[in-house]
This record gives sequence, C-alpha cells and structure tokens, in this order.
Amino acid sequence: MIYLTRKAEFSASHYYHNPKFTAEENQRVFGKCSNLNGHGHNYTLEVTVKGEVDERTGFVVDLKQLKDILESEVVAAMDHRHLNKEVPELSTRIPTVENIAVVIWNRLSPKLNTAKLHRVRVYESDDLYADFLGEE
Amino acid sequence: MKAYLTRRYRFPASHRLHNPAMSEAENCEVYGKCSNPHGHGHNYALEITVSGAIDNETGMVCNLSALDEFVQQNVLSVFDHANLNTLPAFSQQIPSTENLCREIDRIFRKGFNAAKLNKLRIEETAKNSFEYAGGAEVRE
Repeated sequence: MIYLTRKAEFSASHYYHNPKFTAEENQRVFGKCSNLNGHGHNYTLEVTVKGEVDERTGFVVDLKQLKDILESEVVAAMDHRHLNKEVPELSTRIPTVENIAVVIWNRLSPKLNTAKLHRVRVYESDDLYADFLGEE
Repeated sequence: MKAYLTRRYRFPASHRLHNPAMSEAENCEVYGKCSNPHGHGHNYALEITVSGAIDNETGMVCNLSALDEFVQQNVLSVFDHANLNTLPAFSQQIPSTENLCREIDRIFRKGFNAAKLNKLRIEETAKNSFEYAGGAEVRE
C-alpha cells in the first residue's frame, strides 16, 4: 500500500454562529469568531489517498485527475468565498476547521475510483489543523 | 463523527543533558555537546493533538480557548523561558525531549478534561522531533 498526498490552497471567510444560542452564548462559546461580519483564513488542504501501485503506470492515482477533482470540488467551491453563505453544507453546520475537513471528505470520497481516500487534513493557520479519516 | 485537531505552541527553553551517575568521560561520550556544563537552548514547538466526536452545536472537537488556556496555565507557564534542569520535573530525570514529552503528557492526563489527548509531538529543532501517545503506538 502506498500513500500519496496532494496539497491545495484556498482563502475564504467565515463566522461561527449557532442560531439556537443566545447572543451571549454565541459570544461566550465562539468569542471573536462570532463576529457576524466574518473574518478570513488562508487554508491549506492536504489530501492523502492510498492504494496499490498500478504496474502498468506506476501510479497509485492519476495526479492530474486528483488535481482536477480538488479544483472542482474544493477550490472552485471555496476559494475566495464565504463558507457560511456559499458552501451549502456549511450553511447548516458551524464552519470550524473540523467540519470543513468532514465536508471536503464527503465531497471527495465519491469522486475517487482507483485510490481510496485516507485522510483529509485542513490547516486553518500554521498553528492549527484538523484531520478527518472518515467514519472510524 | 470523530476528528482530530492539532494545535501548535512554541516555547524557548534551555537544558543540559548530563547524568551525575556517569563519569565525565561517559557523559561526554553519550551526550556530546549537549553535556556542556552551562547548558544550551532550543526553540521548542509543541503540537497537541486531541480527538473526539465533533459536537453538533459548536462544530468543535475541543473548544480552542479551553485548550489554549490549559496549555498557557499548565505548560507554557512552566516551561517557557525556563532552564529545564532547574524544574522539579527534571530533578530526577534527564531533560531530554523524550522525557519532556512524557512530562507534558502527564500534565494533560492529570488535568485536561475538555477533550481526549490523542498524541503530542515536540520539535526540538527543525530536524529533531518526538511523538508520544501515552505509551501507545502513534497512529492516525
């Protein structure tokens, strides 16, 4: 089994707000992140796929195909966008880095055929990232 | 829906690797430059990985402000800009980064309840890093 990781980057804005919470609760739980005007990050995505090496091509996955999938499913959908308002899955759940990783997993997983998705890692900054490895 | 969250902190500190039970020659052989009597320092980077279910209401595995506050009060306040050899934690053991991993793991297991500590990782330099998962195999 070989693991292969491809990176992509996107810049996006978001805010944290749970409509079930009072204004005070939103402020207490989410702090500065609850500012409804939003704020932004430069996100870095690392997608790791795994599989056996195809003897004919020497590939685990066709990188061009993987790049195209990342472009269409993630970069086109999230780069320079407001995650709460423009990514449907994140309009109903808080766009934390954990949930962004889950949403990206759910978008990529059905599109991969030869290799299997192993891990989605999303960096919100150099000092914070989330990993999602699917339902364990 | 289990996810992992990793947060990175930085703290400079000094240490000296020296075992008084060994001769000077042995210390020199085992620890080399790290045994220099006056010690030396590193910019340590600490990565804390916590795991758990993503809370439906908050979207979080762990509230970052709770994690930051715990690390500030229980880790950085102890180790940041400290001489590790002078701390009680290292009065009976060598302040190697392996042992530093075990100490910080102990601090978390004793007092941190906001999420499950999955593993910790310490970079002593850009070339040396150490990972510890409470004695278990490190895995993701």
